[in-house]
Amino acid sequence: MSRAPANAYPRSRRRRYKSRLYRRQSPLMAMLVPIASVLIASMITTLPILSSLPLLPPLGLMMLIAWRQIRPGLWPLWVGAPFGLFDDLFSGQPIGSAVFLWSIVVIALSVVNDRTNWRDYWQDWLIAALCLIFAITGGMLFVGLVYEPAGLEPLVPQILLSIFSFPVFARLVSMLDRWRLAA
Amino acid sequence: MAPPPNRRPGFSRKAQYGIFAGYVLAVAGAFAGLLLLAVSLFDPTGFAALKTIGREATAPVAEGVDGGRRAVGGAGSAIAAYVNAGRKNAKLEQQVQAYRGELIKARSQEREIERLRAMLGLARNTAEVVAVGRLISSSASSTRRLGTLSIGAQSGVREGQPVRNPKGLVGRILNVGPRTASILLLSDPENVVPVRRASDGLPAFSTGLANGDVEIRAINAGQNPFRAGDVLVTSGNGGLYAPDIPVARILRLTPDGAVARPFAQPADTSYAMVQRVFVPLEEAPAAGASASDAEGLPVVESPGP
Repeated sequence: MSRAPANAYPRSRRRRYKSRLYRRQSPLMAMLVPIASVLIASMITTLPILSSLPLLPPLGLMMLIAWRQIRPGLWPLWVGAPFGLFDDLFSGQPIGSAVFLWSIVVIALSVVNDRTNWRDYWQDWLIAALCLIFAITGGMLFVGLVYEPAGLEPLVPQILLSIFSFPVFARLVSMLDRWRLAA
Repeated sequence: MAPPPNRRPGFSRKAQYGIFAGYVLAVAGAFAGLLLLAVSLFDPTGFAALKTIGREATAPVAEGVDGGRRAVGGAGSAIAAYVNAGRKNAKLEQQVQAYRGELIKARSQEREIERLRAMLGLARNTAEVVAVGRLISSSASSTRRLGTLSIGAQSGVREGQPVRNPKGLVGRILNVGPRTASILLLSDPENVVPVRRASDGLPAFSTGLANGDVEIRAINAGQNPFRAGDVLVTSGNGGLYAPDIPVARILRLTPDGAVARPFAQPADTSYAMVQRVFVPLEEAPAAGASASDAEGLPVVESPGP
């Protein structure tokens, strides 16, 4: 095999006719990708996933937690309220439920982030799991304030599913993070 | 990762106040959430317009994905239908011949029933279908069990109308947009349906459990009259739901009632019929149903406390 492959350069060096100096990332993309990812995750629930019990994890919240953990300073601290309001429009919960719960989750993540100097992957997962349990049971209790509370039993599959799928979302967010900052 | 230095960012007053203001705003956001929550719990219809906008905006996507899912799922049976088309055709023609006679008989009987009804001065006691639509989405992550229907006010759907499919009762319309409507599913904790046992007409109530099943409570308390496998149908007491729509089959007993599984599962509900609100006849209801009438009334009201 003496013939050289069509393009011997690695993918990152293929831009032959573009200057490789002074490359700049797009500020618009760096800003919009995280926001869009949370909003889209919130809207997944409107796809025709017809389940008779609440099974789908709160995807928007999981994206928000993952972004807060990988980039604590990306958004201001009050970001839980607008994202929560958007999620309430689609989730079927009474409006205001996610506004409150997500704000608390963001504040808690920020406090934890300030107090714990060295965290690893397992601790991040544990913190995210506690946040998810808080938000899911809190959502059930808010619905149960007026109507009969549904009890914890129907929530167990959803809680387990969200905790065990959280690392997937953390990975997805880190991929998105690399993509949005790539020049 | 080294600890981020933003807990006390140096001696800059501006930066310190910035962090403090962030916390204040975040707590304010949480309180705003509580306020919104209080408003939406005490006045559940107040934010219906907002939710309708969200539902209408996402309906085309949901319908498209739903159509794709159906096309993929139906491809196998469509191919299989070509293979034994001849045999099936012959069999169907035989059946048509056989049923023709029965059909004529049934039509004449129907006319006879109409005549007898007219003679007795009774109103029509059956529910009319308003429109037929598809269930395109359900609240997959909330304990509120809501579904989205692909038809709305433009097709004549109104709030409170019952929704059923060929298998049984699905729920009732909660609020209506121009082209979509949201359904309160049978398994929502707020959805109370007056039912009766199909075998002997024992009156009871069905309440959603939020996990896909419903709880059945008999109206006359005492010893638990149910048995696993009992079939429940709507009783028509208190109006709204027409009588004799299949509701659920009892799975297991509880100390004061039973847990039942609805016949119409949202996952296999492809088409859903919206029916006119059932108005019971003026005549005094049968004994035994009278007790349920008083309690059945709240079901007719719009949702909420």
